[in-house]
Amino acid sequence: MTVDAPRANLPPLSLHVPEPRFRPGDEADFSDLVVPPAGAARRPDTAEPADRFHELAYGLIRVLDDAGNAVGPWDPRLDAEAKRKMLRSMALTRAFDERMFRAQRQGKTSFYMKSTGEEAVSVSAALAMAGDDMCFPSYRQQGILITRGYPLIEMMNQIYSNRGDPLQGRQLPIMYSSKETGFFSISGNLATQYPQAVGWAMASAARGDTRIAATWCGEGSTAEGDFHSALTFATVYRAPVIFNVVNNQWAISSFSGFAGAEATTFAARAIGYGIAGLRVDGNDALAVYAATQWAAERARTNQGPTLIEHFTYRAEGHSTSDDPSAYRSSGEPNAWPLGDPIRRLKDHLIGLGEWDEERQAAMDLELAETVKRAQKEAEKNGILGHGMHQPFETMFEGVFEEMPWHLKEQSDQMIAERKAAGI
Amino acid sequence: MSAAPRMNMIQAINSAMDVMMERDDQVVVMGEDVGYFGGVFRATAGLQAKYGKTRAFDTPITEIGIIGVAIGMGAYGLRPVPEIQFADYIYPALDQLVSEAARLRYRSNGDFTAPITVRSPYGGGIFGGQTHSQSPEGIFTHVSGIKTVIPSTPYDAKGLLIAAIEDNDPVLFLEPKRIYNGPFDGHYDRPAKNWTAHPASEVPEGYYRVELGKAATVREGEAVTILCYGTMVHVVAATIEELGVDAEIIDLRTLVPLDIEAIEASVKKTGRCMIVHEATRTSGFGAELSALVQERCFYHLEAPIARVTGFDTPYPHSLEWAYFPGPVRIREALNKLLKD
Repeated sequence: MTVDAPRANLPPLSLHVPEPRFRPGDEADFSDLVVPPAGAARRPDTAEPADRFHELAYGLIRVLDDAGNAVGPWDPRLDAEAKRKMLRSMALTRAFDERMFRAQRQGKTSFYMKSTGEEAVSVSAALAMAGDDMCFPSYRQQGILITRGYPLIEMMNQIYSNRGDPLQGRQLPIMYSSKETGFFSISGNLATQYPQAVGWAMASAARGDTRIAATWCGEGSTAEGDFHSALTFATVYRAPVIFNVVNNQWAISSFSGFAGAEATTFAARAIGYGIAGLRVDGNDALAVYAATQWAAERARTNQGPTLIEHFTYRAEGHSTSDDPSAYRSSGEPNAWPLGDPIRRLKDHLIGLGEWDEERQAAMDLELAETVKRAQKEAEKNGILGHGMHQPFETMFEGVFEEMPWHLKEQSDQMIAERKAAGI
Repeated sequence: MSAAPRMNMIQAINSAMDVMMERDDQVVVMGEDVGYFGGVFRATAGLQAKYGKTRAFDTPITEIGIIGVAIGMGAYGLRPVPEIQFADYIYPALDQLVSEAARLRYRSNGDFTAPITVRSPYGGGIFGGQTHSQSPEGIFTHVSGIKTVIPSTPYDAKGLLIAAIEDNDPVLFLEPKRIYNGPFDGHYDRPAKNWTAHPASEVPEGYYRVELGKAATVREGEAVTILCYGTMVHVVAATIEELGVDAEIIDLRTLVPLDIEAIEASVKKTGRCMIVHEATRTSGFGAELSALVQERCFYHLEAPIARVTGFDTPYPHSLEWAYFPGPVRIREALNKLLKD
């Protein structure tokens, strides 16, 4: 650029492209991450207007302190039995993930996604809601199905796309659907479930029902238009819906900065829409429970929607198709200052004298066996790639309620061409 | 039995929603300006006053939200009839329509469905410029799992809309807004006609269905089969009348699923086929029709299939009538087709 260029007396513009703090080979050090002490956040009454507690969208609601004590006004004061159930559901989710990850590596299916480190986000939320409240999950909330008692074998049948697959082999593994369990069909397209959850919640309200809806997305997909459309609809009609943003720091290889995390929190998105926003320690199962319970009560009493940011960390790859060592420091998962949700709840229960390491080890063993047994049963229905588990013509069923002529014709064509080819 | 009242297409569409809201309290209508005001084209006038704000309501200006919310309401058990104010505005909702509504039954193996009817005015001829004149039907006929319906008369509009609302699959119901108030002969410089003189403006007040997937033979003829829908049905009818051509006019009414039997029978009879639509030419629905006719009727054809369409340009504002596939373009193509 020459000095003769117009406006040469102005400083040149520069484009900011976010960059995560640590890349492969870097030592991960989160010591400057501000983690507010447990128990410090105020718990407003659920009837309080959303503009009275904006600070909760920037802070971090925590119940479990570093010593494993449950402290402060957000402590949901669950009895030991309820906490053990919570621990068990999280441990079962992890055991299931381990087993299915291995099944994928053994070539038994095409794809899997673990939720390691994020179990509290789905398990505690499921426990804090009523069993018939409707969930519109993203792809990493298998903990909801497990907590609600959906059969593991059905999940595995789906993962294997086998003869027992309730979805008849039509969907990518882990894209479950169970209306009976209040679990909406998972989409591979991100955040589409957000306005759908609002629609369900609006319908429930319009019909004078008492059930509410909840939905989940990652921090990365808060950038989708669907997210913002959903929040607009929800605030306009005060829809009884809980928006969960699972901020696990990484969207495949894109760190949260590419969704705007350098500038503000994800919970603060709620403020512009005039809805309640909470930022929660997503690795603190009791805090997630308390926040969800608070938001559910708010929704159920016609106080409208709540957005909860669950501040957590994706401890493993995005999926079995992803290798995080290619883009982030391998030290990050261990350096993450908010610990592991299962370990933290376990330590808390041990501190209460309601649990011990021996029982934990026995439970882990038992759950591993449970998962293994379910897997054996599921594999009797077949695994992906080992023969065809659904008749070919089922491909054409269910596109419409009734099959139109052009699909019948294509189905006939396929049958004829296979016959001609001798297969 | 007293004669049915006369309705224009807007009134017929309004009546369809009224009838369905009366019969089924799960039916809700929603969209930009559809509530108190009754819609920019008045299609939902009076529905909010009659059925209340929770069944006929205004929405924020976000088509992603309108369709996404309708899908969620459908999953709850309602039967939503969202309006997209102009078909040109439907693109932000494409993901919700294509990846969600159209795929929900299939991907969940019937666990969830999307029984929604998306109404949207489409087409040009009203000096709407490039953002209020488009005909996007070909984008949706390309998608598996969604039905596309386009009426051409008040009677059909009501019966088809009722059938669409009762359908358990997502239906895109495109309304040819140029003929909302009267059939259009393609001569923009002549006085506009209203529907009163047209027999299909006799519309029963109550419930009736016009089944999806069935074409209508508007005029029987021997010289050529003309496949068309929406506004073009009337332009074609007026043009062949002026030319004195003995054409058979097939009004498709539903593009997906298509009434292939009606098309096949007619083309085999006449041996000539012309396809007329207002949408842009390349990859338009006419291309699909042309392929189907060629595949099924090749040995009956006496001349190449002719396509009369809008041009592959955006809809120009000031040159609207040069763009519109009106009587001149139809006549030229027809002369050539009949000479071959």
